[in-house]
This record gives sequence, C-alpha cells and structure tokens, in this order.
Amino acid sequence: MKKNRNVGIIGVGQSVYSSHREDVNQPEMIHEAAKEALDQAGLTMNDIDCVVHGNMELFEMIHQPDLWHSLGTGAVGKESLRVTTGGTTGATLACVADQLVASGLHDLVLVLGFEKLQEGHTTGGITNMADPLWSRQLQTGALTGMTAAQMIEEFGEERAKKVAMKYRIQMDQHAMKNNKAHRRLGLSPDQAEELAVNSPALVGELRMIHMCSQSDGACAVIMASEEKAKELCAQPAWIKDHITAHREEMFCIFGDEPILTTHKYAARKLYERNGITNPVQEIDVFEMYDPSSWWGSDWLREFLLFDNDEHIRMIEDGDIALDGAFPINPSGGVIASNPIGATALVRVAEAAMQVMGTAGDHQVPKPVNQALASGFGGTMWTVLMLLTREIPW
Amino acid sequence: MARKVGICAVAQTTYTRDKWDQRFQNMCLTVVESLREQTGLDFSDQGINMTVSVSNDIFDARTISDSGMTDVLGAHFGCEEKVDQDGSQAVYYGLAAIQSGHCDVVLIVGHCKESQPQSRNMVTHMAFDPFYTRPVGLDYCAAAGLQAQAYAAASGITEDHLAKIVVRACDNASRNPFTPEAAPVTADEVKNSPMLADPIRQLHAYPVSDGAVGMILAAEDRIREFTDEPVWITGVGNSMDHFFLGDRDLAANRALKSAADRAYCRAGISNPAAAFDVIEISDQYAYQLPMWAEGLGICETGTGGAWVEADGPDRCHVNPSGGMLAGNPLILGGLVRTAEAAVQLKGAAGDRQIDGARTALAHGVTGPAGQFHTVITLERD
Repeated sequence: MKKNRNVGIIGVGQSVYSSHREDVNQPEMIHEAAKEALDQAGLTMNDIDCVVHGNMELFEMIHQPDLWHSLGTGAVGKESLRVTTGGTTGATLACVADQLVASGLHDLVLVLGFEKLQEGHTTGGITNMADPLWSRQLQTGALTGMTAAQMIEEFGEERAKKVAMKYRIQMDQHAMKNNKAHRRLGLSPDQAEELAVNSPALVGELRMIHMCSQSDGACAVIMASEEKAKELCAQPAWIKDHITAHREEMFCIFGDEPILTTHKYAARKLYERNGITNPVQEIDVFEMYDPSSWWGSDWLREFLLFDNDEHIRMIEDGDIALDGAFPINPSGGVIASNPIGATALVRVAEAAMQVMGTAGDHQVPKPVNQALASGFGGTMWTVLMLLTREIPW
Repeated sequence: MARKVGICAVAQTTYTRDKWDQRFQNMCLTVVESLREQTGLDFSDQGINMTVSVSNDIFDARTISDSGMTDVLGAHFGCEEKVDQDGSQAVYYGLAAIQSGHCDVVLIVGHCKESQPQSRNMVTHMAFDPFYTRPVGLDYCAAAGLQAQAYAAASGITEDHLAKIVVRACDNASRNPFTPEAAPVTADEVKNSPMLADPIRQLHAYPVSDGAVGMILAAEDRIREFTDEPVWITGVGNSMDHFFLGDRDLAANRALKSAADRAYCRAGISNPAAAFDVIEISDQYAYQLPMWAEGLGICETGTGGAWVEADGPDRCHVNPSGGMLAGNPLILGGLVRTAEAAVQLKGAAGDRQIDGARTALAHGVTGPAGQFHTVITLERD
C-alpha cells in the first residue's frame, strides 16, 4: 500500500454526553460538536469541503437523518457521504474521511457521529439487528454474560470478578477527569466488594455497574490534507494506518473451539504492516471501545496479542491507569459515555487529543508519539486506527 | 495526482414487484457470483480488498442492515462498509478508497426489497423531522408533488408532457431485460391513473420493486487483470440542499447544479450539453426527467417542457434503460444508473444499446424533492 497523501486530524469537538439532552434537538446537539471542532481548528463552515455523517436509524427512527441534520452539521452546499456500520460507525467514518482527503478529492472534511438514545429504545434497536428468521428471538441487545463466564472459568471466580471491578473503577476515575463524560460516579476502590454484590445483575455475572451507558451526544473531527494540516495546526494527529475486519453473523455455533477474533486478527495485521513488534512498548495510549468492563478486560488480551494472563496482571498492577505504563481510555471510555453512532469516533477523537496534547485534565503525563483507537460493532466487528505525532508517510 | 479508477464489471438482478422467494442475501449472491465470474476475482489479499454495500435500515427493518451481508460478500475478516444514501454514493466512496491508496479493488453491492415495508411512503415519512414537518404528514411523494407544481409552472410542463415521458420510459424498458414487468402504456392510461400528490399520478411514480445491483472498481495499474474494457470514472460530484422545503426554491435545482459543476470540473467538461453519448437520470417521478436534465445542463434552464416536446430525451439518449420510471428500488437509483451507463460504454446493452457510446453520465438523488444529488461521469478508451 502506498498512501496518496498524508492526512491529519486538526480539530475535535464533542457535545456534553448525558442520558437526557432534553435541552437540545438532534441538529442543535450536533452543532455543539461541529462548532467546537471548527473553533479548535480555527475554521468556519465555509472552509469545509465535505461532511461525513453516520449513526443507526432504528435508534431514533429518523430515515437518513443527515438530511435533517444538515441544519446542525452545516452540510448545505457541501459534498457529503453517509456511512453506517453499526457500533463501528464512528471509526468507519474516520476511515472514510481519511480516504476522502488522502484521495485528493478534498482538503478539509468534517466527520460527524451522533446518537440520541433517549429518543428511542436502545436494546430494542440492537435486538433488531439479528436475523429475523434465525436469531432475533435469542438476541438480548448487547447484553451477554458469556465473557464473564469464560473469564471466571479460566482465571477463577475471585480473581476474574476483582479484575472486572478494578477495571470499572479505574475507568470511572478517568471519567472524573473528563468533564464531557456522561457517567462520573466518583467510585473509589474500597467500594469494589459492595458493588460486586449490590449492583443489579443483568445476565449472569454481567452487572449494571459493568455495562456501558446509553448516552445522547455527538462528536466531530476535522481531517485535513498534509498541506492544510501543517498550515492550520501546530501538532496534528497524523493518520498512519487503519484496518477493518468484519465477520459473519453466526458465531460459536460449532462447539467451543478457540476462535480467532476479529480484534486479534486486525491487531496482528495492523502491527505487522506498521513494523510494531511490541505493542505495549510502542503504543503510548489506547482508546478502546469497551462496552463492558468484562469485555474491556478480556479484549485487552486480543488487542495486545497476549496468550496467558498478562492482561489480567496489567489491570491488577494498575498499568492501565492514566499515569500507568499502558494507559487505556483516559477519557473514561465507552462505559462512561456511549452515544452509539459517535462512540467509535470518540475513541479516534480522544486518541487524537492525546497525540495533539489537548486532552486537558485527562491528558496522559507521558509523551504520546503513537496512539491506537478501536471500534467495535455488528457481529463482533473491529476497526483499528493508528495515529502518530510524527508525519507518517 | 491520484491514480485513475475504472469499472471492471457490473451485474444486476431483474427488478420485479415482489421477489417473495428470495431474501436479500439471495439477490446479492446472484450479483456477486456474476461479478466474480466476469472478473475471476476472489476475496484473497490480492483480490477484493474492500466491499461497500448499499442498503437502508428502515427499508430493511433491521438495525445494521449489512450485518447479514458478510457471508454473501466473502468478507470473513475482510472490510465491508455500508453506504446509506443513494447507491451512486458507494461509487464516490469506492473511488476515494482506491485513490487514497488504501485498496486496489472494491466490490459494490446494493440491495433493497421495497416489497417488504407496508408502504414506502411510511419509510420516507420518517425522513422528516418529528417537530415541524412530520406532523403535517410529508413523505417523499408529497414533497415531490410540491416540487412538481413549482417546476411545472417554471418550465411549462403539461399533463401531456408527463404522459409522453412515461409512455417513452415504458417503451424503452420493454427492451431492458432487467425490467421484465414494465408494460407498454398509452398516454390516456397515464392521464387517467389515480392522483397521488397533485400533479403526480400513479403512473408518474417509479414502481415498487425488489432487486440488487453491483459492480467492481479497480485502480488503473491493476484493472487490466480483470477486464479488457474498463469504463473510467472521470468525474464525481455531489451536493446537499436545505432540509426544510420552505428554505428552498423548489424549482431552482440548486443542489443538482452544484453537484454537476463539481463533477464537470473534476472531469474537465465545459459543455455538458454536448459531452455525453448516454445519460442515465434517476427520475423517480415523471416531472424529474426534464427537471434534472435542466439541472445537469443537458437542456437550458426553464426549457424542460419544450425539450420534452421536441423529443429531447431521445435526441440526447437519456435513459435508454427506461430509467427509474421503469423500476428499481429508491436507494439503488443512482447505482443502477451507473451500472446501465457502464453497460452502454462496454457495448453490452443489447436491444437498448446506443451505438458507439463512448462517454456517459449517471445521476442519483437522495432525500425529499431532490435534497441531495450525485453526478458521475464515465468514459471508455
């Protein structure tokens, strides 16, 4: 692969995330994010060539909402593209915008992901993704107790539960430093035992406290060609590479053979083609799409290509803390804020902020030369995006 | 300068009222198998490295309407993305993906079963905002009625013109093997068909249909591996108009003119009226054929009525396929138009072939009363 030209992120904007943004309608909420991104990049809407938009229609029951949202995105008179791929949507939007700029079609693209989950029924919407003939009767939205059961079987009940709760409390401590985050609960480690017992059970050992939120919110990112990025931004977050791996709807139907996950497949391929041999050493911060603290803990192993309990030890040792050796989700992650069509774009945006040094109170203290962002969605789909401080191509 | 991108192969199912015996996966598999056969491509790293599907969650009543596509598209651990706009936007995306250098070969597959929703007007009704425009009962057909009134007044369109457009579309469609249900109609039948949204009558509206369409795009440095007759994408452009109908001059074609200008600028076309041997326009309703032709610069602004009267559509080789009036699902319009234009340039259009066609234009439209337009220009060597 030879990229046609470099692309950098030069502005990030986010609405405040909340369970109920009743003070704004959809275009107004989107406008908050778009305006903040434009302001940060020192641009106005007149400078933007193209708007890339995405979300999932059945959450709000708006058909092709980019048409209405043009009131908030400023897309009137612009080129535009609407792409939706489920939970991965936001990360896909970032990939699309990278390609629109790298191709030479556009110099400045505004990327916009949003969801206003309060206006619909989230679990109903997610259940509706399952095949109506074969699996819709079995689908329980995004709730699954399988990962918890597997971790408990592999690492023992006490250790697995402690790790999942430690991960959860760590994420809340990060969210407390991010004033845009939705759930900022102020949890402390000495609440772990009480929460493990008293938080309502959802499925098996997946409890309410482990699970991500349903949020209202929008996220905007501005991507620029190399020339524009250098002119407009002292430190852009450069896009080095990205990879998308999808898989079939039906999984685990042939017994419990160990299966290669799209997370591991995508990570391995991305590291290979970018010469990354030791991801923990070479990646400085990771914004992971972690829908629950069980999945977050388990997926760390997939993304970092571990075989044994290295990921468990990283959590136990506090390595994933904002000031730890391998910080994960300084923003608080998906467990704190989850406007689904924006969620994966927030991962890219937050990783970019760490590279640009604009994350404020949740900026990691160590230098960030390379950051990784992941998107998750569909039937275990993965998107990974690698951002760098140095110009990559 | 980014590399050139061409269309290697196209495939379509027929467009028929109700493919009750096929799920969308079946329709898509027909298309994908044909494309693989035509090009010899597979889904290895050296084969198709990205798929863009086109579908819509509300038409399919399915969140993530592409989640059933991975099996069909051979996308096991591969890249599969979904465009949720008019299908021509998948070509725009595929072009960018290849020109960016990220991939060499892109598969595009669009599908829709408009027979599934009880009413397509209920689907398009959901495109209107819940505060101001949904409560008054707007859908795309009603919005088109308002636009048709405004445009007819501006360009001298009469009931006879509209009937003539429909009669011609059905006649052309009778030579298109992919529209087997299109039957000849008379002008009287058109003029006596039930009124949907004044002045739009039932036979002025595109029919309900099920179908799938696909194509393969490749970079110029690899395209000869897959075809001897590449059809080059020379220009693309699209543009968004205001959402609220009252914020627009409905007869002004603002978005289409800007989309066309962008495509012509990228393609280096200065006189569109003389630039194309074949033109495929997404005419969801009869009035749109002359209206979009004006917007594209195929005929002068304000002269649509005279253009139809003087057999402009025949002289300019517009919609030899029959166009959307002969039937294809709403969201596939521009992708079917692009496929038909490519088939013409490959000289493979059979009874509907325009002899010696070397250049073509394909047009797609999304949203109420043409809020968003896409224009694609094509040529062969």
